[in-house]
Amino acid sequence: MAFTFRTIVLREIIQRKGRMVSGLLAITLGIAVIVAIQSVTSVSRQVVAKKLDLLGANIMVLPQGANVDDYYSADIDAPTFPEEYVERIATSMLPGVDNMSPKLSRRIKINGSSVILTGILPANELASKPIWQASGLMSVELQAACAPSQNKETSLTENDLKAQRKAVDSLGSNEVWVGNLVAERLNLKTGSSLPIEGRTFQVTHVLPETGTIDDNRMFVHLHTAQQLLGIGGQISNIEIMGCCSEISDGLLGKLRNILPDTRITTIGHIVNTQIETNTLMAKVALVLLVIIILVGSFSIGNYMWANVEERRKEIGTLITIGWGRKHIYWLFFTKSIILGLAGGILGYLVGTISAVLLGPYLAGLDISPVLTYLWWSLLVAMLISLLGSWYPIYRAARIDPAIIMQEV
Amino acid sequence: MFEIDGLTKTYNRSRQQVHALRNISLKIDAGSFVTVTGPSGSGKTTLLLSLGGLIHPSAGVVKHGDMNLYDLSASRLAEFRNRTIGFVLQTFNLVPYLTAVENVMLPMLPQRRNGTDPKPRAIELLDQLGLADRRDFLPRELSVGQQQRVAIARALGNEPEVILADEPTGNLDPALAAEILDVLGDLNKSQGKTVVMVTHSPQAAARAGTVLKLTDGMLVS
Repeated sequence: MAFTFRTIVLREIIQRKGRMVSGLLAITLGIAVIVAIQSVTSVSRQVVAKKLDLLGANIMVLPQGANVDDYYSADIDAPTFPEEYVERIATSMLPGVDNMSPKLSRRIKINGSSVILTGILPANELASKPIWQASGLMSVELQAACAPSQNKETSLTENDLKAQRKAVDSLGSNEVWVGNLVAERLNLKTGSSLPIEGRTFQVTHVLPETGTIDDNRMFVHLHTAQQLLGIGGQISNIEIMGCCSEISDGLLGKLRNILPDTRITTIGHIVNTQIETNTLMAKVALVLLVIIILVGSFSIGNYMWANVEERRKEIGTLITIGWGRKHIYWLFFTKSIILGLAGGILGYLVGTISAVLLGPYLAGLDISPVLTYLWWSLLVAMLISLLGSWYPIYRAARIDPAIIMQEV
Repeated sequence: MFEIDGLTKTYNRSRQQVHALRNISLKIDAGSFVTVTGPSGSGKTTLLLSLGGLIHPSAGVVKHGDMNLYDLSASRLAEFRNRTIGFVLQTFNLVPYLTAVENVMLPMLPQRRNGTDPKPRAIELLDQLGLADRRDFLPRELSVGQQQRVAIARALGNEPEVILADEPTGNLDPALAAEILDVLGDLNKSQGKTVVMVTHSPQAAARAGTVLKLTDGMLVS
């Protein structure tokens, strides 16, 4: 192997590996902690995001001038807008629209009982009610959403919890799902026949009690509902699962541009919960990262300082025999980079293995290795190493060789 | 070769001015063997460091040929040291984790722009100094005499015109000291190297063609 500056660095590291361990350990442990925490939080973030999704839709599109109460009262003259608006949103390919659910609701009488007939598009239905999913009725894969922005001007109130809907993946034209209260009042069970507006439907599901207005609903296919009610091509509202940063980046405004004659609003408590949860998780991760970079840099700086002090005579000799400052920089920065690379790789391995092995026991999470973290580990490790090393190296390049000789 | 005019060096130590060199003027011809003697603290090493471009004078000039050393930038001065000067120090200052041959290659690294391998030259130098079988030894595995010969080989790596030696025999017994003085004398005589050597030893001083005596920072003879 040719004798180069790198040879000197490697030889010094190998010959004094005992002393180098403390410096390498500082970077390795720092990176390992970051990788382990990131691996755990990444998985837990998805879990939390899914749980946040269970809170329901966070954006509601209503007819202009309507409010959510109009929608829930579902009166015979409640305003509607064209179903074609769903297509407008879909074809606009707006980022941040995770899922959409158009609905048509009207209050009708069956055997003297007032119930709300709600038409839904099954495949588009939003994931919403945990209790229904627990019943095995929710087969649509949940998408992990994140924090939408807060829009106080148009946010609804906590009472709008009733606006949330569930997800179903199939609903035949003669099938009906009935809420718990409806089933009780009309004495319906799964398999019962139910005449609605002169047409016979089969009850395919009796929904568990939710304690909301949904208990007084019957769900049929949207297009069936439109036929029954004689308002073809119209819907009462669209519920949208909007995603995090896109809402902050003006998703509501973009929706308003596409659908100018509608009222578009966010559901306040859901938005707030999502924002608070995601902000907290991001802050915790940031604080840890900053602490680790500071502690890691201090440790590696301490080691490099000691290394420079220990090698004052050697550095002075090198300057005496004609090495310039750039050569001294090269020598020590190469060492710093090697330590950073080694610490990054080792830290990634230790952190990932720890997270994979301990995750299921300590956090109840199944964690898989994430290769992307290796590149981040190398980057952060290099940052820690260079940040901690620069001042000792700066000092090294300015050692006065005359002082070294006088120390003899 | 070297022309020193009015060289003065003053340090501030514990709020007191220390005059290491006072208005020194002298010439050192190419190919000469000069020793610098004098009691401890007389300014011998300061004079040597001044010639090597390692210590900025408080006043006066140090010229090598037509070039005033201290007009050069730090990087040019380093390049000057690297190409023109070979340093031999009292404590050898070998890098402890590198082998003998690697230590000899150290001054050649900054000049390796054309990618030439410095190893053959380093081996040749060690062979000339009788260390052919000690090339791959670490300094701690060598005797003090061998360590000083490695240091001399290192000083010769870039074929410098000048050897500046600071008490090169100070840590050696008389026999080894004589051996090292022979090597330096040979470099001066057979290779025409200019040798400037700081020494306390009268025997060492006697080897030189010119003896400079310093007392309290002043050149007395």
